[in-house]
Amino acid sequence: MKYTFRILRFDPLKDESPYFQDFSYETEETRTTLEALMDIRNEQDCTLAFRYSCREAICGSCGIVINGKFELACRTMIDSLKSSVIIIEPLPNLEIQKDLVVDMEPFLETVRKIQPYIFPEGEVLEKGYRIEDEEMERIFQYINCILCGCCYSACPVASRNESYLGPAALAKLCRFVQDPRDRRNFSEWSKVNTEGGVWGCDTVFKCNEVCPKDVRPADGIEALRRKLVLEKIKRIFRFKR
Amino acid sequence: MLSQDILVVGGGLAGLAAALACDPQLKVAVISKVHPLRSHSVAAQGGINAALGNNPDGRDDTWEGHAFDTIKGSDYLADQDVAELMCQKAVPAIYELEYFGVPFSRFPGGVIAQRPFGGAGFPRTCYAADRTGLVILHTLYEQSLRRQVKFYNEWLVTKLVVKDGKCLGVVVYDLQKGEIMPVMARAVIFATGGYGRVYLRTTNAYINHGSGIGIAYRAGVPLKDMEFVQFHPTSLYPSNILITEGARGEGGYLVNNKGRRFMEDYAASAMELAPRDIVARAIQTEIDRGNGFENQYVHLDLRHLGEKKIKKRLPGIREISINFAGLDPVDTPLPIQPAQHYSMGGIDVDIHCASRIEGFYAAGECACVSTHGANRLGGNSLLETVVFGKIAGEEAAHWVKGSSGPKDEEKQLLDAALEVKKKIEERQKREAGEKVHRLLNRLKLVMSDQVGMFRNKKDLAQALEKIAELREDYKRVSISGKCLRFSQELVNIIEFESMLDLAEVITSGALNREETRGSHYRLDFKERNDNDWLKHTLIALKDGKPQISYKDVNITKYEPKARQY
Repeated sequence: MKYTFRILRFDPLKDESPYFQDFSYETEETRTTLEALMDIRNEQDCTLAFRYSCREAICGSCGIVINGKFELACRTMIDSLKSSVIIIEPLPNLEIQKDLVVDMEPFLETVRKIQPYIFPEGEVLEKGYRIEDEEMERIFQYINCILCGCCYSACPVASRNESYLGPAALAKLCRFVQDPRDRRNFSEWSKVNTEGGVWGCDTVFKCNEVCPKDVRPADGIEALRRKLVLEKIKRIFRFKR
Repeated sequence: MLSQDILVVGGGLAGLAAALACDPQLKVAVISKVHPLRSHSVAAQGGINAALGNNPDGRDDTWEGHAFDTIKGSDYLADQDVAELMCQKAVPAIYELEYFGVPFSRFPGGVIAQRPFGGAGFPRTCYAADRTGLVILHTLYEQSLRRQVKFYNEWLVTKLVVKDGKCLGVVVYDLQKGEIMPVMARAVIFATGGYGRVYLRTTNAYINHGSGIGIAYRAGVPLKDMEFVQFHPTSLYPSNILITEGARGEGGYLVNNKGRRFMEDYAASAMELAPRDIVARAIQTEIDRGNGFENQYVHLDLRHLGEKKIKKRLPGIREISINFAGLDPVDTPLPIQPAQHYSMGGIDVDIHCASRIEGFYAAGECACVSTHGANRLGGNSLLETVVFGKIAGEEAAHWVKGSSGPKDEEKQLLDAALEVKKKIEERQKREAGEKVHRLLNRLKLVMSDQVGMFRNKKDLAQALEKIAELREDYKRVSISGKCLRFSQELVNIIEFESMLDLAEVITSGALNREETRGSHYRLDFKERNDNDWLKHTLIALKDGKPQISYKDVNITKYEPKARQY
């Protein structure tokens, strides 16, 4: 099978603006997009830059846009694309460092902002916690997140509002708030009770659509919203009493 | 010049555990060639061993039992004091991980769930479904953020700088800037992982070139027991992505093309849950005898576990099978074949993770503290990373606090960086030369064909010749383009030098060791020979050549016996 890979190239130190470059690629085997990119780099242009590591959809390195779709390059078989022209672009809304490599810092910064770690009570327990599986199951969906950045990159709110935390960070906060071991202060985490936080989401669910790990970050945002409202109501009643 | 008290190289589990264990008063930084969450630890699936005794079938488990299984599994090449230390520290290590936020799967009653794994007397492998590496790596990364550990990501270490037996720092290639520069450090901890990509078929990530081990070797640190290369029994055909031992722990069957559970012929009592070396050889033997499918693989059948159990306990495996083989294990047996998975050998360090170079430590897969001997048990590698990562961090911090500060080291470091730069410039000037990826492909073929699961003198000797040829060709490798920003080609060129060293050391160790032990199987010496070979191989670089010596195994109370499963 013969393919044309139309790859977005850009070296900010050299090029005025990004441009597409075509590479022809032929293979008889079932190849992933990542394997094809590596072949093209090795055989046609060693300067082509892109990130990768595990090649099994668990490390989160290789999020890109393939024929307009957010995907992990490593798990996307090229024959599944049903097209002889394959357009490859870097994740949008993040600055291009070189070719398909983008600056993930703004995305990772949103995650750091929510204090993405457990606030346990006391010291390490000598015999561990007692937590039923059902309690942990609430967070299972969110611990599948590999921080590939696809949701943040695809989010229309994050793209126009730099102060918006975005889907991955909020889903991660939900993961901790719902963890039975977590004792973070309500006054601390309720800082997301803003337009830059949970109320910024305009519920178009782009994040759910593009997430390669089925995390459904918007579920987390909605769960946080419900929790915030509920806590507020609780507080009002406590106050009245 | 950037200067640190302690520099941890590698952002996987061992590196993060080390960084977290360093005294927070010290200036500590982690250097990683990828963002830490992209480290290969993230791909670990099945679990982490500790004798918690939570499984109803494991009530009588003890850390001593765990140590015994580890030592027996190692074919008695593990240093027994080291295995004992690891297994003793396993239980508090798990509770610490839980306290840090690791979402382990639970049993009714709320305790951490444990499943059976190969070579273990009791079910003692703690897990988070089949994504145990993912959740532990993310958790330790979260703890590093809490502790505000400094990270330098996408920096590849190219050289360890040593003067008079003392470590001074490293030279790095900063991928983002495209620059080579020195970093001074009073102590350096390598947690750089394994070298799976030296082999054609491997479960390892693309980034696992093993250059950290090679760099330590170039700096004069001996490598220990490198001939012991673990082949995992079950990698998905043809991508060689890992299918966890947990799949067999949960009850999966290995079946040949006659529909037989062939493990009966190889380990009648442990069956599918014999140690990895035994199961991997059994599978390859079946394939070689024509009992496989397409002469490439056998079946791992999970169908009888039922949809509910597969979805709950092995969701990651199901996802991988669907994504990469187009098969759902609920309905179809999985095609699996053995593939390189892990390195038992590594940088020679003692029980404190200290090397013979002052201020230089190593932990995790890149190191050989000597707890896995000739064959590692499943579930012990994650354990090793957290236990020995922590020890390395504590010991390095202790050493730094007791030593004098750096003196006049800048020049040495600058010179080292200049030397690296010069070599790169020479390669850039070359009009046309060898391409590094072609050499890499050739090396992989040599290692897979002649230094694989079944070895013999003739193949090993030939492999050494071919590695020497590759070394000659490597001298002619060129770099395309002037821009060194995000140059994966340069990364590969730098790392390939290490890969050549590792290939040579693995092969030399294997050629010399005229016996069969654990993962090292010699067709011309099929028996274990404790009289002559119950000893560690040490290979050091001397005048540009590998020099082999041997060292006794530490035996505490477990007398070497024949392994039976």
